[in-house]
Amino acid sequence: MSDFILSKFNYWASILLMMIGMYGMIAKKNLIKKIIGMNIFQVSVFLFYISMGKVKGGTAPIFWEKAVIYDNPIPHVLILTAIVVSISTTAVALSIIIRIYNCFRTVEENKILETLANDENQSGNNQ
Amino acid sequence: MIVYIILIPLVTAIIIPLFGFINKKLPFYVTLLSAFTNFILVIRTAKKIFSYGTERYFFGGFEAPFGIEYVVDGLNSIILIIISFMFFIITVYSKRSLEKEIENRRLPLFYALYTLFYTGILGIVITGDIFNLYVFIEIASLSSYTLIAMGQKRNALMASYNYLILGTIGATFILIGIGYLFMATGSLNMADIKLRIVPLYHSKMVRTAFAFLTLGLMLKLALFPLHVWLPNAYSYAPSAMGALLAATGTKVSAYALIRILYSVFTIEFDMKIIPFNQIFLLISLVAILAGSTLALAQTNLKKMLAYSSIGQIGYITLGISLSNATSLQGSVLHIFNHSLMKGGLFLIAGGIFYKLNIENIYDMKGISKRMPYSMAFFVILTLSMIGMPFTVGFLSKWYLILGAIEVGRYFVIPIIVISSLLSLIYLWRLVEISFNSDVDKKEISEMPVSMMVPVIIISLLTVFLGVFSDIPISLSREAVKIILGS
Repeated sequence: MSDFILSKFNYWASILLMMIGMYGMIAKKNLIKKIIGMNIFQVSVFLFYISMGKVKGGTAPIFWEKAVIYDNPIPHVLILTAIVVSISTTAVALSIIIRIYNCFRTVEENKILETLANDENQSGNNQ
Repeated sequence: MIVYIILIPLVTAIIIPLFGFINKKLPFYVTLLSAFTNFILVIRTAKKIFSYGTERYFFGGFEAPFGIEYVVDGLNSIILIIISFMFFIITVYSKRSLEKEIENRRLPLFYALYTLFYTGILGIVITGDIFNLYVFIEIASLSSYTLIAMGQKRNALMASYNYLILGTIGATFILIGIGYLFMATGSLNMADIKLRIVPLYHSKMVRTAFAFLTLGLMLKLALFPLHVWLPNAYSYAPSAMGALLAATGTKVSAYALIRILYSVFTIEFDMKIIPFNQIFLLISLVAILAGSTLALAQTNLKKMLAYSSIGQIGYITLGISLSNATSLQGSVLHIFNHSLMKGGLFLIAGGIFYKLNIENIYDMKGISKRMPYSMAFFVILTLSMIGMPFTVGFLSKWYLILGAIEVGRYFVIPIIVISSLLSLIYLWRLVEISFNSDVDKKEISEMPVSMMVPVIIISLLTVFLGVFSDIPISLSREAVKIILGS
């Protein structure tokens, strides 16, 4: 049993992080905390990809005469793209949060929803 | 050659802000020019595809399983045609509409992101590499988040934020799915994966990949229980962007789902090895009914149209889940038709908002006296949405029903009929209110010409393609050959 966990330790860690991240994205009411959850969620996928590239007994994928087997570099290259995507998503999210804060003076989701509900009632009364 | 379909909008998106420094009006004309060139290019490519067959492009000259490959075949050329057409026509419309809804200094950036969104959706359609698909999905999503946040009301910010959270979950699920597929097959090229995956059907890795990929795409597709981001995003975005999202955003995800189900996995895997199609059929039927019912409860015109979209997405997935030639043809036709019809309806809703500043349906009493032509075209598009014969909306529903009969699932037919009746109720409500004659006669105040012409063209096309139905039917038949043939 312990062998089963230890031999695939990377994957277990990645699953654990994934669950933590998902929980943060769904359950937290603070918009910034949701973004932190999103980052953890995405990083877990990076970890998953990087672990996948390891070949048993392989060395780093750099040309070397003594090397017999190399690790698979493709997942690493792929994840480089995904990291860029993740950074830009975070940047967009944070800039939207800044605008939300300027409009509502808060980053708590339930307070924002309250304000929005009030807006709708007022516009309804005016008509 | 086909790589220019992506390159033109991509380069345009990058240089637009520079034109914005010279003159704030210039970006519109640059976008229009690039949209027009691209539309012509897509038409020419499609013509070539239909006479000579599939065309491929390899990046950097690296052959298929190793390099990134772009493919245009019978299936994606029909999607490319409708996307580039709708983008061109909505760009024409966007000039006056955006002048009202967006500050002048933000216009260059709006057009830059707007063209980038177009690049993303074109890329999703044209790519033959599964990781490239993820990258383009993210390009399209990231630009759409910012475009939605540019809406006038402050609800737009929350709509955009919620879409960002759910969209990221969806895209990351797709990324995990791609990871599992790569682990199992060691390839990222769709055609290559299809060959390598056959002996691995019973592998748990492949099944997990399938689960993550379909779930992620369903989130992007806004299939019923995962639709929560869609109504707010569509209704609070600037009118032109809302129309473009409604016309192309979810349709492209539907196309990606077809590609994953039939060109990466095979029809045997979907139907026999796991009972995916039965589950999918059930979800689609629920989506059709729920979308139409929720649309009944809305008082905001754009929100009503958005909920109606959720129901219509159900039709598309219904055809995919029945998975025979006729129903798939219905599905492809519905992607085409719904893009046309819903785009047109959103444009009219945007026009009403532009002229009269109202969004609530019950405030629209007697507006047919003020905007008679717009409301006339609204009636034409409504008839097409319901599925009247001699409009395009009839064709797709007809093929879906024929497809259902072919596999003996007769219970699908009453659901399609009920949903058509529901859409009659929620769309005709506006028609009835607007033709209400209690209101005194007011002077006509129509939308400006540049907004009216796109609406006219779309409405006439829905009728034209409904009468001369050979064109969409032969195009979609070609598409089904690709889905099932290879």
